[in-house]
Amino acid sequence: MLLKTTRACDVRESQVTDESLYIARRKFMQGTAALAGASMLPASSLWPQPAGAAISIGDVEKSVFSTAEELNSFEDITSYNNFYELGLKKGDPKRNADRLVTEPWSIRVEGECDKPGDYDLEDFIPAPRLEERIYRLRCVEAWSMVIPWVGVELGPVLKRFEPTSKAKYVQFFTLYDPKNLPGQRRSVLDWPYREGLRMDEAMHPLTILAVGLYGKELPNQNGAPLRLVVPWKYGFKSIKSIVRIRFTQSEPATSWNQSAPREYGFYSNVNPAVNHPRWSQKRERRIGEILKRKTLPFNGYAEQVAGLYAGMDLKKHF
Amino acid sequence: MRLGKPLVFAACLVPLVCYGYWFFTDSLGANPIEAVTRRAGDWALRFLLITLAISPLRKLTGWHALARYRRMLGLFTFFYVCVHLSLYVTLDKFFDLAEIIEDVIDRPFITVGFTAFVLLLPLAATSTDRMVEVLQHRWIQLHRLVYVVAMLGVLHFWWMVKIDTREPAIYAAILAVLLGFRLTFYLKRKLRPAA
Repeated sequence: MLLKTTRACDVRESQVTDESLYIARRKFMQGTAALAGASMLPASSLWPQPAGAAISIGDVEKSVFSTAEELNSFEDITSYNNFYELGLKKGDPKRNADRLVTEPWSIRVEGECDKPGDYDLEDFIPAPRLEERIYRLRCVEAWSMVIPWVGVELGPVLKRFEPTSKAKYVQFFTLYDPKNLPGQRRSVLDWPYREGLRMDEAMHPLTILAVGLYGKELPNQNGAPLRLVVPWKYGFKSIKSIVRIRFTQSEPATSWNQSAPREYGFYSNVNPAVNHPRWSQKRERRIGEILKRKTLPFNGYAEQVAGLYAGMDLKKHF
Repeated sequence: MRLGKPLVFAACLVPLVCYGYWFFTDSLGANPIEAVTRRAGDWALRFLLITLAISPLRKLTGWHALARYRRMLGLFTFFYVCVHLSLYVTLDKFFDLAEIIEDVIDRPFITVGFTAFVLLLPLAATSTDRMVEVLQHRWIQLHRLVYVVAMLGVLHFWWMVKIDTREPAIYAAILAVLLGFRLTFYLKRKLRPAA
C-alpha cells in the first residue's frame, strides 16, 4: 500500500473553502419551478453562534486526501443529521443542538496503553495542526454528502497514549447525559453509543478526529466538540461527541452491531456488493442531486485502504 | 348535500398539492425526494385507515350518508399508493427493472409493500357500479382483500423504519381497532340466533 505523505503548505483560514462559493448548488429545484421562494438566505445568517468548545480553528492546512468534488452546503450538512442522542428524525439534532453541553469537555483514555487518564480537550489534542479534509460521507441509508471537515489525523493522537502491544482495537464512546440529551431517555440503542476500529484502521492517515467543518467550529448536531471521521466506512462508524477511548485486545462492541448484528457488521466498510435488508447499497443519492449515483467500494477510497483487508472475505466480515 | 362529494374530493387532494408546492419551492429539507416518497406512503396508509373507518362509524353513529364517500376514499388510497410507487420507480430506481426486482425479492419491507400494491389492483379495477352488479356477492368477498392490504401496508411501514417503531405502531393500533370492531360485530351477529 502506497500512501502519499506530501503536504501542501499552510494556508490562511480565509483561503479555506468558503461555503458561499457552494451555496448556489441546491438550486435545481428552484430551477424547475418559477415558484422559488425566499429559501436562499444570506450565508451569514446560517452560521450558528460559536458554542464555546475548546479547540479554536485558526490556520488550517489543505490536504492531499481532499476530494475536488462539489461540496454540500453548510445548511444541508447541519440540518440533515443522524445523531439519535439529539432526536430520531433528521431535523431533530439541529433543533435540539443546544441540549448538548460541550463545555467543559474531557476524554477518558483507558485500556491497553501506558498513559491512561482523563484529559481535557486541550490536553487531548495539544497544539493541533489542523487540516481541512474534504471527504465523501456515505450513510448506510443510501445517501451521501461531501463535507469539508477540519481536524487532525487520529493516529498521532492515539500514539501519545502509548498503546501497548496488546492493543489490537480501539473503542470510542459518545457522551452519556440522559438528563440533557433527549434521545438517551428512550432505549432505542444501548446507550452510550459506542464504536470501534481495528488498530491499523485507526492509525490509517485517512482516519481523522474532526473538530470543525467549513472552517468553523463543529456545530453540536455534527458531533461537537470532537468526532471521528472514517470516510471509507458507513457514516455510523464515525462516532460523535467522544468522551472515552479504550484500547482493547479483542474486537469491541459497537452499537449498531449490538442492535442488529445481521444488518450492521463490525467493519461496515462501504460495499455495494453486500446487500442490506433495508437499503440496496449499489447506489446512493448525493444530497442535492435527483438521480442516484453508483456507490464505490470503500466509498471511493479503495486505493488507499483496500490493502488493510487483504485476504479477508468482505462478504463475511461486512 | 350536493356539495359533499366535491368538497371531500378537494380535501383529498390537499396533501398532493401541499407536498407538490413544498417540493418545488425546496422546503422539504436536504433530501426532498425521500421526503415526498415517504409522505406519499404516509397518506396512502392514512386514506386506507380512513376508508376502513367508514363502516364502523356508520354503525356507531347511524350516519349512513357516510357510505357515499367510501369508494372515493378507497380510490384516493389507490391514488396515493400509485404516487408513492411511481416516485420509487422513477426517482429512486430510475426504471431499473433488475434493481426493482431485486428489491422486491431481497428486502422484506418492499416484498410486503409490493404485494399490497398488487392486491389493490383488482380492487381498484372492480370499483365501478357495473362491476359491483356483475360480481354481486363475489364483489363483497373480493373486496375483503382490503383487510390483507391494510395489514401488509402497516407491516411495510414497520419493517421500513430503522429503529423507531412509534409511528408504525400508531397505525397498527388504529388498524387493530378497526378490524377488531368488525370481528366483534361479526361474532355478535353469528352468536345471536344461538343465544
